[in-house]
Amino acid sequence: MSKSAFERMQLIKNIARPNIDQYVSALFEDFIELHGDRAYGDDPAVLGGIGTIGGKAVTVIGHRKGNSTEENIRYNFGMPHPEGYRKSIRLMQQAEKFGRPVIFFVDTPGAYCGVGAEERGQGHAIAQSIQQLMFLKTPVLTIITGEGGSGGALAMAVADKIYMLENAVYSVISPRGFASILWKDPSKEEQAAELLKMTAPDLLSFGVIDGIVPEPKGGAHTDPARTCIELRQVIEKELEDFSFLGTKTLLENRYRKFRGMGVFASN
Amino acid sequence: MILDMFKKNRNIAKELEGVPEVEQPKDVVVCKRCKNEVLRENYQRNLYVCPLCGHQSRMSAPQRIEMLCDEGSFKEHDRRLRTLNPLKFKGYTDKIENLHQQTGLTEAVVTGSAKIGGMPVAIGVMDTRFLMASMGSVVGEKLARLFEYATRKKLPVVLFTASGGARMHEGIFSLMQMAKVSAAAGKHSQAGLLYITVLTDPTTGGVTASFAMQGDIILAEPRAVIGFAGRRVIEGTIGSKLPAGFQSAEFAQDHGFVDKIVPRGELKETLQRILALHVGHHK
Repeated sequence: MSKSAFERMQLIKNIARPNIDQYVSALFEDFIELHGDRAYGDDPAVLGGIGTIGGKAVTVIGHRKGNSTEENIRYNFGMPHPEGYRKSIRLMQQAEKFGRPVIFFVDTPGAYCGVGAEERGQGHAIAQSIQQLMFLKTPVLTIITGEGGSGGALAMAVADKIYMLENAVYSVISPRGFASILWKDPSKEEQAAELLKMTAPDLLSFGVIDGIVPEPKGGAHTDPARTCIELRQVIEKELEDFSFLGTKTLLENRYRKFRGMGVFASN
Repeated sequence: MILDMFKKNRNIAKELEGVPEVEQPKDVVVCKRCKNEVLRENYQRNLYVCPLCGHQSRMSAPQRIEMLCDEGSFKEHDRRLRTLNPLKFKGYTDKIENLHQQTGLTEAVVTGSAKIGGMPVAIGVMDTRFLMASMGSVVGEKLARLFEYATRKKLPVVLFTASGGARMHEGIFSLMQMAKVSAAAGKHSQAGLLYITVLTDPTTGGVTASFAMQGDIILAEPRAVIGFAGRRVIEGTIGSKLPAGFQSAEFAQDHGFVDKIVPRGELKETLQRILALHVGHHK
């Protein structure tokens, strides 16, 4: 029985839901975290580093939320500042230089909306991240593991292959924001969640994502080990597929994929 | 029920687009900022800038094109692209049709080829009268095609941005336009071609977080609102009011995100100078 978008949204809010810290320790060996954007600071809402999977070196980057209220606060609930995106850009350029694939784990309500974020150019940081990724000369795999919140998620989701965990959501705006702005009634959140078509099956049917990683029946948190086995299969399969593609083909395919996004008529 | 929806949408439109310039009889315009009456003729001759207080009101895309492009040089592209309703959002199709009737625009951006000071350019102008110039699939497609055209013809791109952000009515497809336009703009850049953005009031959200901030040279109109998050959203997050100049063009320049603030009267000349410095440059 398929869950509604709203049910999925409730399910992924579970504090015990595994996130990037668990995925990194379960899936990657010899992981070393790398800090800082070399310009302003180190954003704790973004985790980045290098490790190996199946014997292959990769760069891992993603939103970090934590698994307790204290950790949530320390990591700003996974909402990056511009320096978080700039750290990510630095690490993906490093990955390109050393020919490592980049694996993103996306889980954010969105890029942070605050004074410092505006002062340091949140829009600019996301814009640069999107464009860098479009032309990055190394394979890019994105897995949306929880919330894929708008531009803050897209900045790490311009990828050759995009997967979502079964109960993850990905949307241009939160259903609450949608209901507040377009209906002037935030209580219509649930209705907005269905209308927005933000679930993994919806987005797969639109061609916005490439695949769905199954979760245990009660959600990823009921059996994190099982979830990690599924994730490992997908990652190893995709890394193998990438290894057969030349850079030129990879970049052409990536460009064509995003160039083709949109629904319109031309009569 | 359906009538209800329209009523709500109308209210929202008013709130988002601000109160329009009050139009008085006898060809008089009341300035939105200083509230003085100005003769329409003087106001137009002054490029929609109040001659008394300097307030620059928003311009429509056709007004902007007339102001900048050499007479008779503008040729519109892709006017036949039509907006669809992928989420089946109630009232969206009618809203687009009504805006088309009211403004004569087919969507929130006008694109085409033109000459500025005799130099050929590909030009795009966003128009806030059309759903706050929010970016849906058609806006994204027109801009992507504009960059592709400019890449083929080895032309610079001049883009006037203004936008409330992504077109929420189109859901995830509107988000994807940020990636699509960035892709086409990136190819244009790799061909060694010049891309100038002119940020006009207001440039926000997904447009700021994509092609508005990808120009080689980023100009802005004085006092234009430029930012990522909406002012009220930030105030809600931090729980206090923001100062008056927050997210202005001047603020963006002070923080290093705008090359030059150009008053409207100097815009054509400034663009001509920059274009002339890059004539013939491509790979």
